[in-house]
Amino acid sequence: MPEQRIKFYQTGTYTAGNRLLNEEARTVQSRMDRTNSLNSGHRACQGCGEALGARYAVDAAMRAAHDRLIAVNATGCLEVFSSPYPESAWQIPWMHSVFGNAPAVASGVAAALRAKGREDVKVIAQGGDGATVDIGFGCLSGMFERNDDVLYLCYDNEAYMNTGIQRSGATPPFARTNTTQAVGETPGNLPSTGKNLPRIAMAHGIPYVATASVADLHDLEAKVTRAMAVQGARYLHIHVPCPLGWGSDPAHTIKVARMAVESGLFPLFEAQFGTVVDRMPIRHKVSVEQYLELQDRFKHLFGPPRNTDAIAAIQAIADANIATYGLTA
Amino acid sequence: MNRKPFAITLDPNSSLANHTGNWRTMKPVYVDRLPPCNQACPAGENIQAWLYHAEEGAYEEAWRRLIEDNPMPAIHGRVCYHPCETACNRGQLDEAVSIRAVERFLGDQAILHGWQVPCAPPTGKRVLIVGAGPSGLSAAYHLTRMGHAVTIHEAAAKVGGMMRYGIPAYRLPRNIVEAEVARIEAMGVTIRLNTRVEDLDATIKTGGFHATFLAVGAHLARRIDIPGVDAKRMLDAATFLSRMESPFPYKLGRRVAVYGGGNTAIDVARTAERLGAEPVIIYRRDAVQAPAFKEEVAEAAEEGVRFHWLRAITKADHDKLTVEVMEMDEQGKPKPTGRFETIEADTVILALGQKADTGFLRNIQGIRVSDDGTIEVDECMMTGHPGLFAGGDMVPGEQSVSMATGHGKRAARHIDAYLRGTLYVKPPVHPLATFDRLNGWYYTDAEQSKQPILALARRRATFEEMVGGLDAGTALLEARRCLSCGNCFECDNCYAVCPDNAVIKLGAGNRFAFNYDYCKGCGLCAEECPCGAIDMVKDLK
Amino acid sequence: MLAQIEGSQAVAESVVLCRPEVIAAYPISPQTHIVERLSRMVKHGDVGRCQYLNVESEFAALSVLIGASATGARTYTATTSQGLLFMAEAVYNAAGLGLPIVMTIANRAVGAPINIWNDHSDSMALRDAGWVQLYAETNQEAADLHIQAFRLAEELSCPVMVCMDGYILTHAYEAVDMPAQSLVDAFLPPYSPVQVLDPKAPISIGAMVGPEAFTEVKYLAHHQYLRALALIPEVAGAFAQQFQRLSGGLCSPYRMEGASIAVVALGSVIGTIKEAIDELRLDGIAVGCVKIGCYRPFPMVQLRGTLEGVTRVIVVEKDLAVGMGGIVSADVRMALQGLPIPIHTVIAGLGGRSIPKSSLKQMVQDARAERLSEPHFLDLNRTVIDNELMRRRDQRQAGPMAEQVIRAVNAIGTKVV
Repeated sequence: MPEQRIKFYQTGTYTAGNRLLNEEARTVQSRMDRTNSLNSGHRACQGCGEALGARYAVDAAMRAAHDRLIAVNATGCLEVFSSPYPESAWQIPWMHSVFGNAPAVASGVAAALRAKGREDVKVIAQGGDGATVDIGFGCLSGMFERNDDVLYLCYDNEAYMNTGIQRSGATPPFARTNTTQAVGETPGNLPSTGKNLPRIAMAHGIPYVATASVADLHDLEAKVTRAMAVQGARYLHIHVPCPLGWGSDPAHTIKVARMAVESGLFPLFEAQFGTVVDRMPIRHKVSVEQYLELQDRFKHLFGPPRNTDAIAAIQAIADANIATYGLTA
Repeated sequence: MNRKPFAITLDPNSSLANHTGNWRTMKPVYVDRLPPCNQACPAGENIQAWLYHAEEGAYEEAWRRLIEDNPMPAIHGRVCYHPCETACNRGQLDEAVSIRAVERFLGDQAILHGWQVPCAPPTGKRVLIVGAGPSGLSAAYHLTRMGHAVTIHEAAAKVGGMMRYGIPAYRLPRNIVEAEVARIEAMGVTIRLNTRVEDLDATIKTGGFHATFLAVGAHLARRIDIPGVDAKRMLDAATFLSRMESPFPYKLGRRVAVYGGGNTAIDVARTAERLGAEPVIIYRRDAVQAPAFKEEVAEAAEEGVRFHWLRAITKADHDKLTVEVMEMDEQGKPKPTGRFETIEADTVILALGQKADTGFLRNIQGIRVSDDGTIEVDECMMTGHPGLFAGGDMVPGEQSVSMATGHGKRAARHIDAYLRGTLYVKPPVHPLATFDRLNGWYYTDAEQSKQPILALARRRATFEEMVGGLDAGTALLEARRCLSCGNCFECDNCYAVCPDNAVIKLGAGNRFAFNYDYCKGCGLCAEECPCGAIDMVKDLK
Repeated sequence: MLAQIEGSQAVAESVVLCRPEVIAAYPISPQTHIVERLSRMVKHGDVGRCQYLNVESEFAALSVLIGASATGARTYTATTSQGLLFMAEAVYNAAGLGLPIVMTIANRAVGAPINIWNDHSDSMALRDAGWVQLYAETNQEAADLHIQAFRLAEELSCPVMVCMDGYILTHAYEAVDMPAQSLVDAFLPPYSPVQVLDPKAPISIGAMVGPEAFTEVKYLAHHQYLRALALIPEVAGAFAQQFQRLSGGLCSPYRMEGASIAVVALGSVIGTIKEAIDELRLDGIAVGCVKIGCYRPFPMVQLRGTLEGVTRVIVVEKDLAVGMGGIVSADVRMALQGLPIPIHTVIAGLGGRSIPKSSLKQMVQDARAERLSEPHFLDLNRTVIDNELMRRRDQRQAGPMAEQVIRAVNAIGTKVV
């Protein structure tokens, strides 16, 4: 397990907090003194997974860094909804430059801190999947291979949401976006496309790579905390459903994320220096349909007529993940 | 810092000026729902509330919360047929919480540590209670806590009613009954044993009582005539079981036939087994229709009790019974087949139910006695005679220790109101916390803790208590299996999952509040609340 | 201390004297000697705690500096040509965020066709990005301008490009007087940012600004930027006082006393122009020249003051606004608005073509004789052009124009370079 599970029957293991646990064993998010790094008044949509994931991750990073943290942000939903003039929702030093350079800007922040002998201040960079797997990929790869002292947080909502739901390199097969519409011979995003950034990050041999989900707060925080304890380039890929882009109920954001994990479509694992060292087993396995059915972007698969081949292909992806990472063990 | 570039650089936290709450069409509200265990409890316990304390290992607090409703947890923790566990939502997740076992643990802790109950200052009112069974004791306890002076008149030589004279000792050791009654007595309840009330009016007048609660139970056995049976060899369950408490129990033959399919029939058969007999149970219907608890039927079978289902006794010879084979018709009723069998039996014990002996009330003005001997009471547990209340097995309804105890509590509340010249108004009941409102994902899978069981050989030969109690560690884990259905247990989920930080944590014990300035009404908090304590309602702005 | 030194080395050493804290660079000819030297000095421990980052692109190089500068570090990079265009988005961003980054542009042509030699197409392409653009005439000036650039940038909260001609300056060995560290320290105080990413006083840098305030943001940027026009001469003056040497400034006249013709130019070509002017003066032609030392912000008033007495202006520029003509000359025209002075645009030295003194002298003669076309391409190979144009009349052919020109050149056996 990437995280020490507590043997508490009622709720201690999976809920954010539990009065039966000592303070240290509860999540950062359950604490009254959590930072709320991303505060109220931001303009994210109802039930935004990214807003949630960002606060989860950054608050945990703040705690790990003893509140000495600087955040760099790529252009995207998170940037736009958090910092439109005249109001910023950030409570930490935060900077936005352009869409494709967040990792490099963060490298610069880290370099400046090193030059000034302020290694006690830690640096994170954050971006959506577009900023990370696509336009900012070069800078990200550079930051990785130089092993710059930056934790990069990718909030993966699987398409360009800020611009109105267009396909990114992280868009899953068959998903409808506004540039992979549910028309033609192969409706939705083409299968066998896209890239697996966590694996690519691992290929850089950096000290720490992990995946996390807003559906598992304990795991997410544990990974942020572990990542923050490591010197060098670190990458955390966080799955954050987008109710608007995915066509899911805003109240189902965490449920959808949970189904992604429990179906095996979004495996939770940890890697060190390019090798997978741990994974989070699936608790209650579900079929991919149970995940897909919650989202309008896959509605076209359910017909009529039902696209059994496509659903089987998606199930095969989940099964392959389960086998690769040993998710049922 | 006024040197900051205009517009491009912003002050932290300035978004608080943007009240996103006005996006909302639905809003979350915290609710408390009625947990199904509480709803099902005949004694009216707030089970979820006392488990909440037990989860912390705060056993005395848990016990004190428990005895606000039920003064005899050690007894109920042994003999209650636990409808709470049947209703428990956890049963749909894995297995029900073993509420009864935890209750017993708390009751035993109280006996072990000698925890006592404080009472309100005396009110100067005197209450007569007739019968020291569960209902009478329960009413006495509650009335005494409220400050009233209670005297119980009990016809038997010992207290406990059916808890002593109806339930075998292997299920309810007598020292437990005595310990819990002693605690009630220690509160100041006067119990007069061997005091049968013959003239109620006179007793009330002499004692100067301001109100009376009747709880004499149902000790009269229902009987049937079986041709050919000789009176010496036929007795009823109530008499048999109560004689077990005297120094002179019945001497049974070797082959004992118990006629009936209820829990009493099982108790009788298992008692006979322990006395060295070879009991058989004969019942007119099948095993499915038998009202006895399946668990007890199975335990009896383990101990060697044999069952003859779908058999009706038609006549008796000196050491055998003739039984007619029955079959179930389409309506689910047994009907004779005309086929006959014989069963060896030298003793027949009838376990066909009991009714109240209410003859002494015939002349009381306003009392209405039903055909079955039960006394009619209104919703305040009051008979047609002002100031005269009744409860337990002598009033219509289910007959059980827990139900009787619940009657005692209800009667006490109404008697108290009566004595104060007011009416007791029941607080409104929350809507039920149904299983579909829970988010089961957040609960860890955990099997029910099992209580230790006495070895079979000793079960068949002795009256030692068959089921052991949970140890402290197991009781704690079992308490923690509670899902806290419909009632916030401060898991912090709502506080954590709000993408807009619109949930305010008020600190331990104070739960949470919504900050409607920022709540966008997404509903994530309600969806991810494990116990279903948040409703989404239309926001009429 | 006077040293015979390559331009790139001089610039590198000059930058080191400014005590930079973060340098990030991506190699591109002809900038490489600068950054090679810097990386060596940083690694050798000659630059304090300075960090040198070998990044994966020019876009990353400037992005690193954006982060470092916002964290309060003095930052530097160098690039040119394609590299500058590749970092274009960050170039605008650094200016918009008011970050005092100093960047050397080793000026080089922009492809296609790919060409590594000198002209000003690169820096001209980004002239309106909001950076101060200084152009060096000599290696001494290139070295000096960097010291001034940091002071300017940090006083203005505005990034500065120091443009020096690729190869012509970067790879040329000249005697350069390298100043003493103590003098540089006295001239250039430590960087004190107007805003900085600091956990003790959090701010949000880089907000999205909508129509309600974008114009005001831009106006304020313009207003701030124009302050440079006052500050640059001031800094140049302070520099002269400290280092006993004239360098920088907005624009510098040469032999403009009594001149009726003025040649206006930027960068190293000024040297050749001065020599041509000296010879033309000997021939009795009243010609002078004005060096534009600061091209952005454009010294409109100062230039007009210098040029308003002449009867003819020739702008020699190493760039081309395709389909329009001169870039610098359009600005000069604006500066001289309303004055009856003819202004010639001469496009010269594109892609590294040498600008001989003789051609410049001929250009002045042609201008006097009204023989300059508008714009005029200096030393244009008419034969190649005519052949190609004739061929095109005969056949419409798809494909890159460059290939066809080369084909045409080869066909008539003439070398372009």
